[in-house]
Amino acid sequence: MSIDWLVPAILTIVTAATPLVFAAVGETVVEKAGVLNLGVEGMMIMGAIAAFATAVSTGSEVLAILAGAAAGLLLSLIFGVLCVYLQSNQVATGLALTIFGLGLSALIGHSYVGATFDGLAKLDIPGVSDIPTIGPLIFGHDVLVYLSVISVALVAWFLNSTRAGLLVRAVGENHDAAHSIGYSVMLVRMGAILFGGAMAGIGGAYLSVAYTPLWVENMTAGRGWIALALVVFASWKPWRAFFGAYLFGGITIIQLYAQGMGVEVSAQFLSMLPYLATILVLVVISRDSAKARLNAPACLGKNFHVSG
Amino acid sequence: MLIRLEQRPEASNIMVYVSPLIAVVLTILTAMIMFGALGVDPAKAIETFFIEPVSTLDGVAELLVKATPLVLIGVGLSLGFQANVWNIGAEGQLVIGALAGGGLALAFYGQSSTLLVPAMLVCGVIGGMAWAAIPAWMKTRFNTNEILTSLMLTYVGLLVLSYLVHGPWKDPEGQNFPESRLFHDSALLPILIDETRLNVGWLLALFVVVLGWILMSRHIIGFQIKVIGMAPMAGAFAGFKENRLIWITLLISGGCAGLAGVIELSGAIGQIVPSISPGYGFTAIIVAFLGRLHPVGVLFAGLLMALTYLGGDSAQITMNLPNAVTGVFQGMLLFFLLASDVLIRYRVRFGPPRVKAEAAE
Amino acid sequence: MSETPQTLTPRLELLGITKAYPGVVANNNVSLKVMPGEIHALLGENGAGKSTLVKFIYGVQKADSGSMLWEGEEVRLANPNAARKLGVGMVFQHFSLFDAMTVEENISLGISPELTKGNLSVRIREISAQYGLPLDPDRYVHTLSVGERQRIEVVRCLLQDPTLLIMDEPTSVLTPQEVEELFKTLRRLSEEGVSILYISHRLEEIKTLCHTATIMRMGEVVAECTPENETARSMAEMMMGENLVSPERTDRQTDGSVRLEVKDLDAASTHQHGTDLRSVNLQVRAGEVLGVAGIAGNGQRELMEVLTGEVLVDRAESITIDGTPVGQLGPVQRRGIGVGVGLVPEERLGHGAVPDMSLWENGFLSAATRMELINNGFIQVGASSAFAEEVVEQFRVKTPGVTHPANSLSGGNLQKFIVGRELVQKPGVIVVLQPTWGVDAGSTASIRQALIDMATEGAAVLAISQDLEELFEISNRIAVICEGRMSDAQPAENVTVEEIGLLMAGVGPDGEKAHAD
Repeated sequence: MSIDWLVPAILTIVTAATPLVFAAVGETVVEKAGVLNLGVEGMMIMGAIAAFATAVSTGSEVLAILAGAAAGLLLSLIFGVLCVYLQSNQVATGLALTIFGLGLSALIGHSYVGATFDGLAKLDIPGVSDIPTIGPLIFGHDVLVYLSVISVALVAWFLNSTRAGLLVRAVGENHDAAHSIGYSVMLVRMGAILFGGAMAGIGGAYLSVAYTPLWVENMTAGRGWIALALVVFASWKPWRAFFGAYLFGGITIIQLYAQGMGVEVSAQFLSMLPYLATILVLVVISRDSAKARLNAPACLGKNFHVSG
Repeated sequence: MLIRLEQRPEASNIMVYVSPLIAVVLTILTAMIMFGALGVDPAKAIETFFIEPVSTLDGVAELLVKATPLVLIGVGLSLGFQANVWNIGAEGQLVIGALAGGGLALAFYGQSSTLLVPAMLVCGVIGGMAWAAIPAWMKTRFNTNEILTSLMLTYVGLLVLSYLVHGPWKDPEGQNFPESRLFHDSALLPILIDETRLNVGWLLALFVVVLGWILMSRHIIGFQIKVIGMAPMAGAFAGFKENRLIWITLLISGGCAGLAGVIELSGAIGQIVPSISPGYGFTAIIVAFLGRLHPVGVLFAGLLMALTYLGGDSAQITMNLPNAVTGVFQGMLLFFLLASDVLIRYRVRFGPPRVKAEAAE
Repeated sequence: MSETPQTLTPRLELLGITKAYPGVVANNNVSLKVMPGEIHALLGENGAGKSTLVKFIYGVQKADSGSMLWEGEEVRLANPNAARKLGVGMVFQHFSLFDAMTVEENISLGISPELTKGNLSVRIREISAQYGLPLDPDRYVHTLSVGERQRIEVVRCLLQDPTLLIMDEPTSVLTPQEVEELFKTLRRLSEEGVSILYISHRLEEIKTLCHTATIMRMGEVVAECTPENETARSMAEMMMGENLVSPERTDRQTDGSVRLEVKDLDAASTHQHGTDLRSVNLQVRAGEVLGVAGIAGNGQRELMEVLTGEVLVDRAESITIDGTPVGQLGPVQRRGIGVGVGLVPEERLGHGAVPDMSLWENGFLSAATRMELINNGFIQVGASSAFAEEVVEQFRVKTPGVTHPANSLSGGNLQKFIVGRELVQKPGVIVVLQPTWGVDAGSTASIRQALIDMATEGAAVLAISQDLEELFEISNRIAVICEGRMSDAQPAENVTVEEIGLLMAGVGPDGEKAHAD
C-alpha cells in the first residue's frame, strides 16, 4: 500500500480529534478546580449552531468561531451561577445543560437546515504546504488545529508552572483550606467553568465550520461525553487528553476506511466503535481505583459553601 | 450586598413542594417572553401549548399514553438518584427492552396465545435490566463511572435498533422501509378506551408508582437507598452494602425503562420503527427531579412533561413552530427547578443580617 | 514569666465585636487587648465563639458591628491577605493544607505573592532551622506526620514576619513532648516581640505558657485573668459557669472474663495515606474500660473500622467476642451476636448519624436488628419512634421531637443521642472512638459517666481517644497505639502522662525509637 493512502487518513484523524481536544482540555481545567460539568455536550452543540449560523449570515470565519466560544461561555455561565452560587447539584445541572443545549440548538438550527458555506480554509503557505507528504501533514491544516495544540501547551503550562494554576489546583484539592487562606473559591471556580465553556463552544464550532460545514440536529453525537471520558482517561493531564483525543480520532478512521475498503460489517456496528472504545478505556483506567483516586482532584463534584 | 442567601437552621419542608411550582411558573413566563420574541401571540401560544392538546377525550388519552413511559422510567431513576447512582442511559435501556419484547412478538407472529403479551412485558423488563446490568457490573467490579458508561451504551443501543430495522427485522413486504412488520393483534396491549391509544400500560405505570412509594417509605431497601445517598459512611456503619444497592437501583431503573419500551411498542406504536422514543429516557431525568425523587411526585411531573410533548406537536401543527420548543421547555424547567431548590436550604434576605436576642447553646 | 509593659500601645485591640448567625449569636460585644510580645490565651468551651472571633481578626469573616484597632489605629480587613499585610499570621486547628502538593507549594499559596519570588525553598530551610522546626520543602504533604504538618503552618506564618501569631488549638494533635518543643518556639517568638493569641481549652497549658487570659462563654467575655495566679479548676469554672462534677467510679475491678479480644491482627488500611494495623493485640474484660491513647492518624480509624465490621479482616478468629470469631462478620451480624456490640464512630454527622434524617430514623439505623424494629423487610415506625424517644429521655437529649433531623441538634446533644442509641440496646461490648470530641462540658461529663456505668454493670468498654485527660478519667487500663502497633495495656494508676506521651511518640521505655523500620 502506498503512502498516498496514509496522508488523507492522518488528516482525517486530525479533524476528528480536534473538537475533542478543545472540549477535553477545557473540561480538564474545570475539573482541576473541583467542578464536574457534565454539560459539555450541550455547550458543544450550542457552539456548533452559533458558529454555523454566524458563518452563514456573516461569512466571517473568525466571527463564527468567536460566536461558538461565546455560546459555550454563556451556557457555562448558567451552570456556574447555579452550581457555584446557588449550590445546585452538579450532576443534575450538567444534565440540564445538555438537555437544554440540545433543545435550543435544534430550535435555532431549524431554519439553518440545508444551508451551506465553504467551510474553514486549510492553511496554504506557498512552497511549504506543497512539499509532498510533510507539507500537508504539518502545514496543511486549518487554523483551529494549530490553535488546539497551542491551547493544550498553554493549559499544561498554566496548571503546572504558574501561581494562578497552582491556585486552581488548590481549590480543586481542598476548597475549605483555600478559603481559609483567603482565596475566593467561587471566583476561581467561575473562571474555570467559563474557560471550559468557551473551549467546549470552540470544539462545537469546529464541528460545524470545519469538520462538516453544515448543520444537522444532534450533530455532536456524544462527542461531549467522549470528551468527559477523555479527561478521566488522561488522569486530568492536558497532554494525555490530547493524545487520547487523537486515539479516538484514529478509531473514527477505522470506521470510515473499513467501509471504503469493502469490509463486510454493517455500518451500525462500525459506528458503535467510538462508544465501545470509550467504555473499554474507562474500564481499564478506573480498574485501579486507588490510582484513579490519587489523580482525581479531591473536591471534584463537591459544592463549596462558606460555613460557620 | 443587599440580597443575601441565609442558611435556614433546618431545611424547609414546604419549599420542597413549592419549588417545583415556582419553576413551572417561571418557565411559563419565560416561554411567553420567548414566544413574544418569535413574533407569536404569547397567550395564544400558551393556549396552543398547554390547553388545546387536552381539550378532548382523545387528547387526554394521548397525554396518559405519553406519560406512561415518563412515569415508569421516572420512578425507576428516582430510586437510583437517591442513592447517588446516576443512570442516565435509560433511553438505551428502553430501546433494548423494546427490542427484547418486540423480538418475541415477531418470533411468535400469528400465535394467538394470551400469554404472549405478558411474556413480552417480562422480556422487556429483562432486556432493560440486562442493558443496565453492564454499567452496574462495571461500577461494582471496576469502579467505572456509571454516568459515562450508561450513556455510551445508549448510543450503542440505538445503533442496535437501527441495525435490526434496516436488516434482519425489516418487513420483507414493507417496500424497503426500515420498519418491522406490524404486530399481530395478540401482541398488542389491551386498549382501555375505544378509539384511543390508551392502554393497560398506564395502569402498570400507576402500579409501579404505588410499589415505588411503599418501597421508599416503608421498606428497608428504600431506607438503605436513602442512607447510602445522603451519608455513605453512615450506610457502611449500619452495615448496608453499597455495591448491592448499586445493583438493585440500576436493575430496577433498567427494568422500568425496558418495561416502558415494550409498552410503547406494543401499546402505542404496534411495530418496531427506527425511532421508538422521542427521548423519554432523557426527559424522565427531568421528571424524576421535578417529582422530587418521590414516586407520587414523579406521577404529576410525568403528566406535566407529557403535556410538553403534546404541546410541542400542537404548536408545530397550528402555529408552525419547530417542535424542538419542547426540548427548550424541558431544559428550562430543570434549570429553574434547580435554581429554586436553593430556597429549601436558604432563605433570601434583604439588607444586613438581623441579630437575634437568643444566645448560642 | 516576664512582665508586660502597660505603657505601650496594644498591638491588637477589639472593641465591641458582635457577630450573629441565624439563630445564634456567636460573638456578643467582645472586647480584647493584646500587648506586644504578650502570649494571650483565649479560653472557652467548644461553641463559646473563639473561632468566630479569630476568623474576624484574620479577615476571613466580617463582624456585624464593633471595631478592630491595630497599633492604636482602626483597621478594616477585607480578606486574609490584608491581615497578613498588617502582620497577622494564623495557624489553623484544621490545617489549611493541600495533601497532593509539596510543602513549598503549600507555603507559596499561603503567603503574599511578593514573598514567593526568588528562592523560596532556601528561605523555608533557613526559617525552619532558625526556629527548630525541621521541614523539607520538596516533600508531599500527605507523606508527613500531623506534627510536621503543623510546622508547615507555623513556618508559613513566620516567613511573613508576623507581629501577631494566632494559634487555634495547636496542641490537640501533638504528643506531650512535641508540645514542649512548640512552647519553646512560642516563648522565643514572644521574647522577640511577637504577640501570640493562643486559643485552647487546655488549662494546664495555658497556666504554663500564657501571660494573660480572656475567658469566653456563650459568645461573651466573662472574665480576664492572669493564669499564673489561677488554678486549673478556677479557670474551668469561669469557662463553664458552673461547678465541675467529675465522673464517679465505684470500683476498679478488672477480673471479669474476656469479652472482646483482638489477636495478632494485621490489616491494611483502606484509606489513601492511611495507617496499616500491625500485629495488634488487646483484651477487654467484662466490667472494665480499656483506654487506647494515640496521636491522630496512627491507626485509630483503621482499628475502629475492623472492630465495627465496616472492614472485614482476613482471619475471622483474629477478633473474638465471648470466644466467637467475628472478624468476617459485617456490622449487622456483629451487633446481633450474643451479648451484642455497641459502636460509636468519631464523626457524628455523616458516619454515626445521617444529618438529614430524623432522630427516629437514625435510631433505626443501628438498632434495627437488635431492638426488632424491622419485620419482613418493613420498618416498624411506631416501635422505632418509641425507641428513639426512650434514648432521648434516658440521655436527656435536648430536641423538640424525634421527627426532627439529626443536624438540627447541637454537637453535644447529638453525641448524647448517638451514644445513648448504642447503650440503650444494652450491649455487652462497647467500642467508642473520640466519644467527647467537640462536645460541651456538660454532655462530656454525662457521656463519660454513662460509659463508666456500663462497665460497672458488666460491659466491656473499649475507648479510643486522643484526649489523655479523658482516658485517665474513665479507664481501668491504658494502652497506646502508634504507627498501627499497640503497646501492652497498663493499669491506669500505674502509668504517668509522660510515659504515655513517650509511647505516643513511638519511643520505647529505653528511650530508643521503637519500630524504626
